[in-house]
Amino acid sequence: MPSIRRHLVWFLVAIAGAFSLGTVALARGEAISALWIVVAAVCVYLIAYRYYSLFIAERVLGLDPGRKTPAHRHNDGLDYVPTDKNVLFGHHFAAIAGAGPLVGPVLAAQMGYLPGLLWILAGVVFAGAVQDFIVLFISTRRDGRSLGDLIKQEMGLVPGMIALFGTFMIMIIILAVLALIVVKALAESPWGAFTVAATIPVALFMGVYLRYLRPGRIGEVSVIGFVLLMLAIFGGQAVSHDPEWAALFTFDGKALTWMLIGYGFVAATLPVWLLLAPRDYLSTFLKIGTILALAVGIVFVAPTLQMPAVTQFVNGNGPVWSGSLFPFLFITIACGAVSGFHALISSGTTPKMLDNESHARFIGYGGMLAESFVAVMALVAASCIEPGIYFAMNSPAALVGSTPATVAQTISSWGFVVTPEMLMQTARDVGETTILGRAGGAPTLAVGMAHILHQVLGGPGMMAFWYHFAILFEALFILTAVDAGTRAGRFMLQDLLGSFVPALGKTDSLPANLIATALTVAAWGYFLYQGVVDPLGGINTLWPLFGISNQMLAAVALLLGTVVLFRMKRERYAWVAVVPTVWLLACTLTAGWQKIFSADPKVGFLAHAARYADGLAQGVLIAPAKTPEAMARIVFNDRLDAGLCALFMFVVLSVLVYAVKACLAARRVNHPTVHETPFEALAAMPAKA
Amino acid sequence: MTVGSVVLGLPEAGRYLGRSLARSLRLMVGQPDYETYVSHMRLTHPDEAPMSYEMFFRERQEARYGGGRGRCC
Repeated sequence: MPSIRRHLVWFLVAIAGAFSLGTVALARGEAISALWIVVAAVCVYLIAYRYYSLFIAERVLGLDPGRKTPAHRHNDGLDYVPTDKNVLFGHHFAAIAGAGPLVGPVLAAQMGYLPGLLWILAGVVFAGAVQDFIVLFISTRRDGRSLGDLIKQEMGLVPGMIALFGTFMIMIIILAVLALIVVKALAESPWGAFTVAATIPVALFMGVYLRYLRPGRIGEVSVIGFVLLMLAIFGGQAVSHDPEWAALFTFDGKALTWMLIGYGFVAATLPVWLLLAPRDYLSTFLKIGTILALAVGIVFVAPTLQMPAVTQFVNGNGPVWSGSLFPFLFITIACGAVSGFHALISSGTTPKMLDNESHARFIGYGGMLAESFVAVMALVAASCIEPGIYFAMNSPAALVGSTPATVAQTISSWGFVVTPEMLMQTARDVGETTILGRAGGAPTLAVGMAHILHQVLGGPGMMAFWYHFAILFEALFILTAVDAGTRAGRFMLQDLLGSFVPALGKTDSLPANLIATALTVAAWGYFLYQGVVDPLGGINTLWPLFGISNQMLAAVALLLGTVVLFRMKRERYAWVAVVPTVWLLACTLTAGWQKIFSADPKVGFLAHAARYADGLAQGVLIAPAKTPEAMARIVFNDRLDAGLCALFMFVVLSVLVYAVKACLAARRVNHPTVHETPFEALAAMPAKA
Repeated sequence: MTVGSVVLGLPEAGRYLGRSLARSLRLMVGQPDYETYVSHMRLTHPDEAPMSYEMFFRERQEARYGGGRGRCC
């Protein structure tokens, strides 16, 4: 019976996956190998890809291999090029995988590795990969239009405008939170600061080389750049050992913030070939290389998970970020489970290069599974270091103190035994003076990666190198994102401002460009500064805002998918998009509501503002604010954040209303009402001239 | 290995993999294949001269970064 034999191997995969997941879930009190997590994740991905994505491809969306794709219809050899599906997969994966899947799982590890793992797996299979796949499909059938255009086309002008405005605000928050991660990683670290600063002249040199010396030789210049980067890491080590040089490159958070703001403005106004493009080459190749190295490292070293499966912080009193498991875990891990930003990529360059509509399954669904695996590796890296060290790195000084002795005492009292010597030894191992108060994910991930990779290559002596390599690799692509994101924000802003003051909308006018760039930088710079001076570490405020907004964008993209399914008259399959939408709406609206109205000042912005406002009224200072002005600023920022939260909720709720209206309208007619580009058959072979 | 319905010998397979990898890496940074572009131009616009590789490289670089496209988190 061939039909049974065809499923037999998948049945074995399912058994292996179930056994691994069972081992992970049932290991109570005993440390287990990270390999169980990796095997469980891979089995889940394989089964989901083989069955669920096939179901979506054939039954729900009805992918048609005989249909002409935009790449064939508009083939120009530049933007629209039919591309080999493996090559395009690489392109798509590089575009979606950034800092997000590496940071979220690290922050979520405060609840133990199990809740994060289960959400990453369930989230990607039923929400994240579905979203990427459906949006890629929708865009491919509409000449590769962007998400904003698709929403305008299928739902109306108003929801389209609302979604565009929401996207701009999300961009601002993302830039602020990414920049905050860099600040947290480089503060008081001369080694890191020197290495990252050195990437600027390296990139400038590469830019000039590519433009004038050897135009277009990307491979060659990337190798040169990589060698220079490695030299910069060793240079940073030398700098950190020399007291005078070290002092020159030791900055506090505020100084780094101003530097980043200045950098963001200058970088976004320079010609793209000079700094942005070469830095992007380096960061892209380094990212792919590091992800592969981490995968090899985890399989080769098979580290033991030190973090408990579940910690006491699932109830919501965690030191890294506040709030209970529902809804906050589901917004803390966005990228890797489900990320709304991917909808912008899936409706960007990828649909214009799809050789055949049937490839959308491999690239859309499969690409997201690959990103999810990156998130699982980040979770493993964060969970294989001592929990005491994890909490020492990620807890704000306001909670645990700022000296190794007090930090070790507080964290040990939570049940994660750690000594001041361990904290100082870890700092020495990675070549830093301190590892305390480095919330934000990047430094923790770097310690985890150094822990794994030094066992593959270099031994204990190389631990400091691997730590700074990991910091460099994250800072590099975050700075690229800051640069590219500021440019993107500028264009969006000019688009919006141009409707009111036409002169500001001219993208070829230098003053208009400078004004829009300055406004964009000021917007994210404001939130960045607010995060840096926040006594609770900033991540506690900004990361939930980022998570809420990003997941809301995902809900908007899935609402678009629902509307399109209704318009295709495939509403009996609409649950594929509706179920994750409902879940995302439940998580984000609950989280948004709690962030605004919760009576707990650690969670609710308004409650926190009220505490300081009361203090101001009664003339008492509340720590850590030292002046009434500082207290007034805290009150203002809290109310601003609450307003932003409310704005995001308004965006998603209004899109929901329009989506429901569009679905009801589509139900009333008895024929499909989609706005697809008319069908054209794909020629079997391209005509030979 | 097989590519489409064609079975390749080991050296061809190696060359195919190497070329795919190189193309993948270039496309990751927004540079589509130049040869594909040139053959496309020959086929569909035989009267126009295709851009030189250097021009093509600049044009693609500007297209990737100049339009202010966002980057993922």
